[in-house]
Amino acid sequence: MNPPSSSRNWDSLRQGHARRLARAASLDLPRQLPAEQIVSLLEAVIEPGDRVCLEGNNQKQADFLAESLASCNPAVLHDLHMLMSVLALPSHVDLFERGLARKLDFSFSGPQGSRLARLVQDRQIEIGAIHTYLELFGRYFMDLTPNVCLIAAQAADAAGNLYTGPNTEDTPAIVEATAFKGGIVIAQVNELRESLPRVDVPAGWVDFVVVAPHPNYIEPLFTRDPAQITEVQVLMAMMAIKGIYAEYGVKRLNHGIGFDTAAIELLLPTYAADLGLKGKICTHWALNPHPTLIPAIEAGFIESVHCFGSEVGMDAYTAARSDVFFTGADGSMRSNRAFSQTAGLYACDMFIGSTLQMDLAGNSSTATLGRIAGFGGAPNMGSDPHGRRHVSPAWLKAGREASGSGAIRGRKLVVQMVETFREHMAPVFVDRLDAWALQESMGAELPPIMIYGDDVSHIVTEEGIANLLLCRSPEEREQAIRGVSGFTKVGMARDKRAVENLRDRGIIRRPADLGIDPRLATRDLLAARSIKDLVRCSGGLYAPPGRFRNW
Amino acid sequence: MNLMEKLEFKFPAQAGKTSPITALCGVVGSGNLEILVRTGSDADVCEVSIKTSARGFGEIWQAVLTDFAEHNPAGGTRIFINDMGATPAVVSLRLGQALTEYLGVAQ
Repeated sequence: MNPPSSSRNWDSLRQGHARRLARAASLDLPRQLPAEQIVSLLEAVIEPGDRVCLEGNNQKQADFLAESLASCNPAVLHDLHMLMSVLALPSHVDLFERGLARKLDFSFSGPQGSRLARLVQDRQIEIGAIHTYLELFGRYFMDLTPNVCLIAAQAADAAGNLYTGPNTEDTPAIVEATAFKGGIVIAQVNELRESLPRVDVPAGWVDFVVVAPHPNYIEPLFTRDPAQITEVQVLMAMMAIKGIYAEYGVKRLNHGIGFDTAAIELLLPTYAADLGLKGKICTHWALNPHPTLIPAIEAGFIESVHCFGSEVGMDAYTAARSDVFFTGADGSMRSNRAFSQTAGLYACDMFIGSTLQMDLAGNSSTATLGRIAGFGGAPNMGSDPHGRRHVSPAWLKAGREASGSGAIRGRKLVVQMVETFREHMAPVFVDRLDAWALQESMGAELPPIMIYGDDVSHIVTEEGIANLLLCRSPEEREQAIRGVSGFTKVGMARDKRAVENLRDRGIIRRPADLGIDPRLATRDLLAARSIKDLVRCSGGLYAPPGRFRNW
Repeated sequence: MNLMEKLEFKFPAQAGKTSPITALCGVVGSGNLEILVRTGSDADVCEVSIKTSARGFGEIWQAVLTDFAEHNPAGGTRIFINDMGATPAVVSLRLGQALTEYLGVAQ
């Protein structure tokens, strides 16, 4: 009698891999192929209905492969299910408009948010789900394993080994999920080299390499010009440092993108140092190499930084500061988004970032009507991980504030830092998030909330700090939020007595309660006041991109 | 065509010292404002004239200025504001700076 499984083919994925390679071979497409042949290769190895992971996030983009895929013949390639960290390039949207791809699972779509929303309304695209980065990577190893991945590396050698350089980012996670489950790995590289500085992806995991006609695009997303930091941002940074960083002794943290947190970075060697906080706060980071971090690093404030990706212009600086940044034996930095997100989730005591809207439960969202923006990494960093077990003073203190001295777990500090009105007098604090209207128009089951209110520990505005950990009822939380919402409609609708009571209990703290005189919040406190200051501070190692040079 | 909105307010306020100077704070630039403080006619009143490029925010100006007059010795001042869409946070900060500068050189 045959064993019950004999009729089943147990290596169909491997056979599929061989079948795809055989089709490429029948067209005489070599493992290292010229750019002109890339469309033929994609049409040969990709099959209709495939899950295709196209590498690209808010930094590095496999842009040549994206453009090439978008120019394939929709009669040959169709119904593709795209897996993408970030839908950022026009070619990404072209895939759907041209009928090559039908379904999308992703985490962020910033620059293409409006086009994406239109495609959804016109039913030209089916959205699987919007994820955080780490969540999407996780699904690559579960139910969204790619059949084919299209990735970007700095260089390849003749054997097909890849060097990803400082911008390694998502590549290891994508390649691992694809190469070990019968998938095809295709890499675009900027150059071929006889020998690589180091091997980031071994040749055995890579099926095809193409030298792109232009270097892969990298967005300088984390560069903030200190010249644009306002006095209100300096004031909020002072409050955050004195009222949160110092009080909890926050040593391990992640900062969001933006001028609010850039102001904090630039106050570390000045204001925070004057408060005697050097060595007591901000020693270990999960953070991209923000140029605004340079003064704090040079002042010896910062011991270690692990990066999701690199930042344009920072490569020579990070290479020259290998005690601080993770660097290879070759000297260049190695980033890794999956690991840095893991560090941000489990090994950081605080996340602090900004948002566009917040409601009276503390839920926040960057979704606006007519744009599907997505999440990126913020919900992961900005959440309290219930799987955490190791103790730190900051985590313990926050946990005891939330649940009393008998608390059996700590709490991550999740801080939202916003001026109560954005530009054009758009209020940040609102009764109802635009995310709800977006949910209706998308037909989604849940509104796209960036950070859930029950994860938020503190809100910092120009009016003060609200400590939500100390609130004991939803009504108290609501008044605590109203109490720092300034002159927004929801702020003016506060119960003044309740807010004063919260202030007496230290749940709301005004600048004066923290010993801060708002009139002293001037740009003079910033350790650098221009991009040129940052270059000078780096000893000339930081080489800002052209658009940030105004001298 | 004049796109600027003009607003006038008067608030009771704790009398401050009278100063011989005119204080000027801030700049007329996008998202910013210029505030001029000089001696007013009534010691218990803070009188404010606003020209703003952002129309339709009279209620918020009223709230911001009421709060300012309640918490500062702004009586006896005449304040002129040229606004280019500053947020309330910036307005409050500048008002504080301007009044300090004005009172700083009072006899």
